[in-house]
Amino acid sequence: MRRVVRGFYAIAEAVRLCRPNVICAYPITPQTEIVENLAEMYANGELDAEYITAESEFAAASIVLGASAAGARVFTATSSQGLLLMTEVLFNAAGMRLPIVMVVANRSVSAPLSIWNDHQDSMTVRDAGIIQMHAENNQEAHDLIPLAYKVAEDKRVLLPFILNVDGFKLTHAYEPVDLLSQEVVDSFLPPYDPVVKLSTEKPVAMGCYAPPPYYMEFRVAMEYAMERAKKVMEEAFKEWSEIIGRDYGSHVSAEHCEDAEVVAIAMGSLVGLVRDVVEEMRKEGKKVGLLKIRTFRPFPAEEVREALKNANKVIIFERSLSIGSDPPVTLEVKSALFGSSSPEIHSVVIGLGGRDIPREQIVKVISEVYEGKVKPGKRYEGVKEFEEVIP
Amino acid sequence: MSYFGPGHGACPGCGFPIAVKAVLEALEGKAFVVNPTGCLEIVSSMYNRNVWGVPYIHSLFENAAAVAAGIEAALRALNRKHEGHVVVFAGDGATADIGFGMVSGAFDRNHDILYICYDNEAYQNTGNQQSALTPPGARTTTTPVGKRQPGKIGKKKDMVSIAVAHGIPYVASASVGYPNDLKRKVKRAVEFEGAKYIHVHAPCVTGWGIDGKQTVEVARLAVETGLYPLVEFEHGKLVRVMKIKEKKPVEEYLKAQRRFRHLFKHPEGRKIIEELQRIADENIKRYNLLQQ
Repeated sequence: MRRVVRGFYAIAEAVRLCRPNVICAYPITPQTEIVENLAEMYANGELDAEYITAESEFAAASIVLGASAAGARVFTATSSQGLLLMTEVLFNAAGMRLPIVMVVANRSVSAPLSIWNDHQDSMTVRDAGIIQMHAENNQEAHDLIPLAYKVAEDKRVLLPFILNVDGFKLTHAYEPVDLLSQEVVDSFLPPYDPVVKLSTEKPVAMGCYAPPPYYMEFRVAMEYAMERAKKVMEEAFKEWSEIIGRDYGSHVSAEHCEDAEVVAIAMGSLVGLVRDVVEEMRKEGKKVGLLKIRTFRPFPAEEVREALKNANKVIIFERSLSIGSDPPVTLEVKSALFGSSSPEIHSVVIGLGGRDIPREQIVKVISEVYEGKVKPGKRYEGVKEFEEVIP
Repeated sequence: MSYFGPGHGACPGCGFPIAVKAVLEALEGKAFVVNPTGCLEIVSSMYNRNVWGVPYIHSLFENAAAVAAGIEAALRALNRKHEGHVVVFAGDGATADIGFGMVSGAFDRNHDILYICYDNEAYQNTGNQQSALTPPGARTTTTPVGKRQPGKIGKKKDMVSIAVAHGIPYVASASVGYPNDLKRKVKRAVEFEGAKYIHVHAPCVTGWGIDGKQTVEVARLAVETGLYPLVEFEHGKLVRVMKIKEKKPVEEYLKAQRRFRHLFKHPEGRKIIEELQRIADENIKRYNLLQQ
């Protein structure tokens, strides 16, 4: 059923269709309305789940951790500081191999306080052992929720799953969305059947401590699970696109990359704008391409390498920083290319803290690189001249 | 396998295994145990050497109450409430310090959980550092005794009153000196739907500087002096107290433990002993503890 809805609703409705047992979250902009929509569904008796309001994101994450350990399908959502506050619990949940599904409405982090969008928040948990995908638009966000459960709960995986959606840009945006039906979701997503759960019938101990003879194997096992997740996700992408008839590509979506001299890389809602610019430049006969990175963890290094094998120049539009090093996606791309091709790498930090990203800026960046007017390296696009001050 | 052990690694004479066994026996093993980081977790949950005969989860230091709330919600959602009670065993640091917010949140939402705080009055797992439940004057590694400082300065946080103030249906204090009383309180607690809190005084042989054989005796002295009143609240109302047959001076309790020994020599010591005696006397008056 096609309806014009906001991102919050598209996400909340998909969560409802996945039949979660326990939902728990704490309000934070720009996430709040996702769980408000779920709260309303609960209040109206349209959602057969326990809906719990927590006293903090730390508690929300802990509550869904406990519920998941007891065998429930769970959901939570957060942004920014909230995700940072959850961090300790998320590492713990991943270590316990609990398939918690959550949405992060991406937002910058303090200080200075900013409620607007970039990707700094989700990057803070990139090493936690959590699968991470970025949705380009609200239709994709809607469709990826059942997929997230399917993958996270797969016995070959059993890891938490974060679906990243750009705060405000997607969450607050009205878009036409083809809403899934219960029948379709049920046909794709079976009820959750945990491998291990807390039960008095068959008592187990979870979260034990592991001395040096044991610890390392647990961590390496997570790495193996993340490697397997890549394949499991591909199966799920294929199955889901056959059922719903929408194909977003696999872990990446390489467009016009075969003969491109310059490939622009982006994640999330920025992809749409970059695609638009690339299409226009193609019409002008310029050999440019787009690489949309959809899966950030596990990072699809092979696909990135394959997509960039003919490119002389690569532009990575970065929405976060790793202060003191290259920005996160740049690090990943460089690592993926090491030992194969070595194109010019332009790491373009853009739109931090919700700074507007005008179309002309994308055109300018790609054109300058295409025409060889700028040197490779890291730079900050759209930054005003400023004097450094300590706030 | 029993509900707890054999094979746990607690020190000989440790207080909290008495509490854990009493609680699980009272519940006949129908319990989902949540346990934050601490002594109990370390002595019981090593990988491959788990000693729990009931479902058990250790998550983090500060989130036992929230994890318990999540388990309880899941059991409700999955129609599995009949399987057992959700029970937290947490130390004083996890309860009154780092996990305090989560305890308050779970009580505020009145989750159907039984929260047991075993109070050994310091961070004993990391070697006896002061917590909010360390009593005034106690020597710990972070409140050492020196010229300037006579041990811990400040009060012992009143967790029982704080729990009562949340309006939860059942709150009690108990002691490993009286395990049958604890068992009775556990059985009474689970008759109530909602959050239940039992604060259990549990000596630590190393941190307190007592002999393993003295655990029960020292625990009982805390009760007999009035320093540790055993009380019971139902829906906010004081319903029962354990009467003191013969009131003992706090000095008798303090002298039995190495952590208070300096009070009898330090220039500030006398004042602290008097303060502790005043606290005991006030408890006796407040709860009408003396047998008539």
